[in-house]
Amino acid sequence: MRHGGTGPRLVTRAVASLVAAVLIGACSAAPESVRIEIVIRYSAFDPAQITVPRDVPVTFVLINEDPIEHEWLIGDAAFHARHRTGTEPHHGERPDEVSIPPLATAETTLAFSQPGELSFICHVPGHEAYGMVGTLVVR
Amino acid sequence: MRRLVPVAAATIALLALATPALACGGLIGPNGAVNLLRTTTFAGYHDGVEHYVTAFAFAGGEGEFGSLVPLPDVPTSVERGGDWTLQRLVLETEPQLFLAEDALLAAPAGRAEVLMEVRIDALDITILRGGGPEVGAWATEHGFRLPPDAPEVLDFYANRSPIFMTAVFDADAAAARGQAVGDGTPVHLTIPTDDPWVPLRILALGKADAEVVEADVYLLTDHRPALLPDPGAVFGTDGMALLHSARANDLLLDDLRSDKGMEWVPEHAWLTKVRVNGSAADIQFDLAINAHGGAPSAVDAGFAPYGPAPVPWQIPTAWVVLTITAGLPVLGMWIASSVSRGRGTPPLAGA
Repeated sequence: MRHGGTGPRLVTRAVASLVAAVLIGACSAAPESVRIEIVIRYSAFDPAQITVPRDVPVTFVLINEDPIEHEWLIGDAAFHARHRTGTEPHHGERPDEVSIPPLATAETTLAFSQPGELSFICHVPGHEAYGMVGTLVVR
Repeated sequence: MRRLVPVAAATIALLALATPALACGGLIGPNGAVNLLRTTTFAGYHDGVEHYVTAFAFAGGEGEFGSLVPLPDVPTSVERGGDWTLQRLVLETEPQLFLAEDALLAAPAGRAEVLMEVRIDALDITILRGGGPEVGAWATEHGFRLPPDAPEVLDFYANRSPIFMTAVFDADAAAARGQAVGDGTPVHLTIPTDDPWVPLRILALGKADAEVVEADVYLLTDHRPALLPDPGAVFGTDGMALLHSARANDLLLDDLRSDKGMEWVPEHAWLTKVRVNGSAADIQFDLAINAHGGAPSAVDAGFAPYGPAPVPWQIPTAWVVLTITAGLPVLGMWIASSVSRGRGTPPLAGA
């Protein structure tokens, strides 16, 4: 069952988007790198809406506060279609596929060269249906 | 009067035919391969002690799988339950089935603390104390595959009572013991506590919002208990119904008292049966009990701010009856007075 949408969570999302937007738009010079923390609590990503600049290394700090394992896989629709039926028990070899053990933190760094929209999803069985889905916009 | 032996025989037949699925708690099976059917639980409360009897029966699966049950306090004993208590209660409150034949603290930081370990038949029972993350981590380390709603549900319970029971069922060991799928192993917990409550929200663990949660809860208390939510209220609670509420008869009490570990059953008691049959989205609370008739605790029931559901607005049936009873004479007097005044009042000029 799903019970999300708390006030603080929405505020956090808004602040994250605002920070990213400032990083993108406020300066004419693009930042050298961006660091974004994503907290996983009660099987939900927070923030679940993120905007980042293109061609800038973005380090995602994935903080799993749950006592169960989660995944953070980011890509387009075809990428996720592949992972929905995948059988890999763990990820970590590729920066866009991260497994986060219970009550642990993981980091990964990616740069996005094409503007557009990607999704980050936890593909542990049942977790996507529960709502573990987020959106990343590259500008 | 019916005797216990025919009753026991009928119970066995009833189990074979109707199989009142006996199990309890949130079931965590490997890849969801194990199904939890209707839950039957008995909570007796006498002299400040809750006697919690449930049985674990699993419909399918191989190897090991388990169940997680939140508890209101630390049990002083966990033992094999009696053989017929749950079935006898089913018969007492579902007589049509019988006739057809004869026609169920503060949490330490860090790791969960193991308070007790007991082996009962093919069940490995562990009593844990800890917060949601600690108990969840312990369960994960011990092979439980927790569903995505588990972190929130574990916190829901641990914030109010950090005591949990895990039961790991070894299907292979059960088969070696000659237990068939569907056979239940009754477990009896003795829990000294101020006020008993029965965990219901845990039954929805891992279920989609629209999936149905089914459970029968039997309560045996010294007096008629007050419940929250009140399944007997005029505007009842979605997913709950009060099926039985009456003074327990002597035959039932004698039968229960003669089962293993049930010597505590008092001479006089009140039997209540609550049926839970609602969607997982509706069952967001537990059943709080005030065995002395006062107001049950909203905390024990897990209502907001301890859980997602607000305290329901309910009118006890007794208040409605009292209001109507007291209001009817007043209404009658008012009508009579109006009629009398109408007769005595001359028509208005020009009317």
